[in-house]
Amino acid sequence: MINIALPKGRLGEKVYALLAQAGYPCPELLEDNRKLTFENPEAGVRYFWVKPSDVAVYVERGATDLGIAGKDILLEYRPDVYELLDLQMGRCRMCVAGPADFVDDHAQTLRVATKFPNIAATYYSERSREIELIHLNGSIELAPILGLSDVIVDIVETGKTLKENGLSVHAEIVPISARLIANKAAFKFKSSEIRALTARAAEAVAERSK
Amino acid sequence: MRMEHLNAEERASVALRALYLSYGYRPYQVSKFEEYDLYMRNKSLLEGEQILTFSGADGRLMALKPDITFSVVRNTSDDDGQIKLFYAETVYRAARGAYGFREIMQTGVECIGMVDAYAMAEVLTMAAQSLQTISPAYVLDIADMGVASGILEGEAVSDAQRGALMALVSAKNLHGLAALCAQLGVSAEAQRCLSALITEFGPLGETLDRFERLGLPAACTAPLRSLHEVAQLLEAEGVANVNLDFSVVNDMRYYNGLVFSGFIEGIPSGVLSGGRYDLLMRRMGRSSEAIGFAVCLDQLERFMHEKPEYDVDVLILYDGDGQAAKAAELARAYRGQGGRVRVQRSGDTAIRAAKTIVIGNEG
Repeated sequence: MINIALPKGRLGEKVYALLAQAGYPCPELLEDNRKLTFENPEAGVRYFWVKPSDVAVYVERGATDLGIAGKDILLEYRPDVYELLDLQMGRCRMCVAGPADFVDDHAQTLRVATKFPNIAATYYSERSREIELIHLNGSIELAPILGLSDVIVDIVETGKTLKENGLSVHAEIVPISARLIANKAAFKFKSSEIRALTARAAEAVAERSK
Repeated sequence: MRMEHLNAEERASVALRALYLSYGYRPYQVSKFEEYDLYMRNKSLLEGEQILTFSGADGRLMALKPDITFSVVRNTSDDDGQIKLFYAETVYRAARGAYGFREIMQTGVECIGMVDAYAMAEVLTMAAQSLQTISPAYVLDIADMGVASGILEGEAVSDAQRGALMALVSAKNLHGLAALCAQLGVSAEAQRCLSALITEFGPLGETLDRFERLGLPAACTAPLRSLHEVAQLLEAEGVANVNLDFSVVNDMRYYNGLVFSGFIEGIPSGVLSGGRYDLLMRRMGRSSEAIGFAVCLDQLERFMHEKPEYDVDVLILYDGDGQAAKAAELARAYRGQGGRVRVQRSGDTAIRAAKTIVIGNEG
């Protein structure tokens, strides 16, 4: 039996569809109910709905064997897990954005608002740029509008939210997509099942990108 | 003292001690704290490691040990000849992803002097047996960092880039490796070999054979041969559950050559890690070779805890006034039979006892 943490929401449903196609269905999961755990003994799989930003915690601590987490979460929290497959779903970009006319002239400390302090800090320290981090939990776009920060580091999917708020992308930090991750110890003891699932999921991903 | 009276951590500690003594390793005790200066001078080796400090009696800055090997290396000398020792100590490290510090019970083995195939196989055998002591469902992953170095020899990559490539091998991240190789301009041949480090893993002997057929660069021959030699010794020794797995990439500033880590089914992260640390020895101004490992016992309690059915074998309840002597006498008798006996005044109690005796009602 393989335990898989799925990120609650639209991405999780898409990932489930892919895994079902790969031979790991659990139809009960799509029913409209408030259950969080689902099992299909024939397929040897058990799914759990987990808050997306918590998936890595469940996997790293071995509560589930596998999980699907965005690369943003993996870069931010750096869990000690195996990253087995890029599912090529939930694609977006981690970007630096700010008012369209903003130019970083390096005259003073740059104020950066973000939900991803580690990613932002790493990006700027690699560029030896002194920054003041402002950790927010949502509506990041508001920060430069109100003068709370000079720029933001955030996920950009279509760029629509930025545009509607008069902001634009200044730099792309890293492309993001959903990844299949595995607990390291679980990988040792359920090696053949996890390898089989990974191989079949990889086929399904290839199939879809045709 | 009966073994079942010990908790999982203490039981493992006793069993490991017996194991290491049986290999002729000497028990070694280090002081509870060191001068902070030791860690300051070797700061690069402990990057990111937060250290708990306090002022000593004479105003010197002291530190609670985050690492035992440092202290061992510092307190031994190249003139000591072959050193084989083990320790059971507490280390203090910042809790990952949490606040504050963690106290970790660590038991480990160090073999310093000349480290040949026999010494490596001996230490690996002891590592496997340490895991076996904790649970028969274990896996010992081993690798040699020299193989990856061999593959990257001649490639124009900086130390930092090499570290990034190795981090991807360690995470079994094939797609990330392909992307970074393309970005860094790593040759297709080197990429093929690095990818094999991710995709090829499994039982030591047969996986090594597969690697020999992969046509890795000549620079990988020596580390592969050394692994092969060790594999033969381990096989002769009957050591089971040893896998070749290059995702074992222990700290590159500390280890070189052979590295290994051990897992127990049911414990979500590795419980044992070790390897050759000649590099650490050089950095601390020593010329001897060295190999060792440490077992972290702090996770055992939660995962191997069997909640006993009873807290005590006999619970003796008395009402006071004149029953003390009777209660003591009864307790002495039951203790004499080897039981766990608790005596207390009657009243509500959450203690679960196999047998409860109320003084005055006995008989």
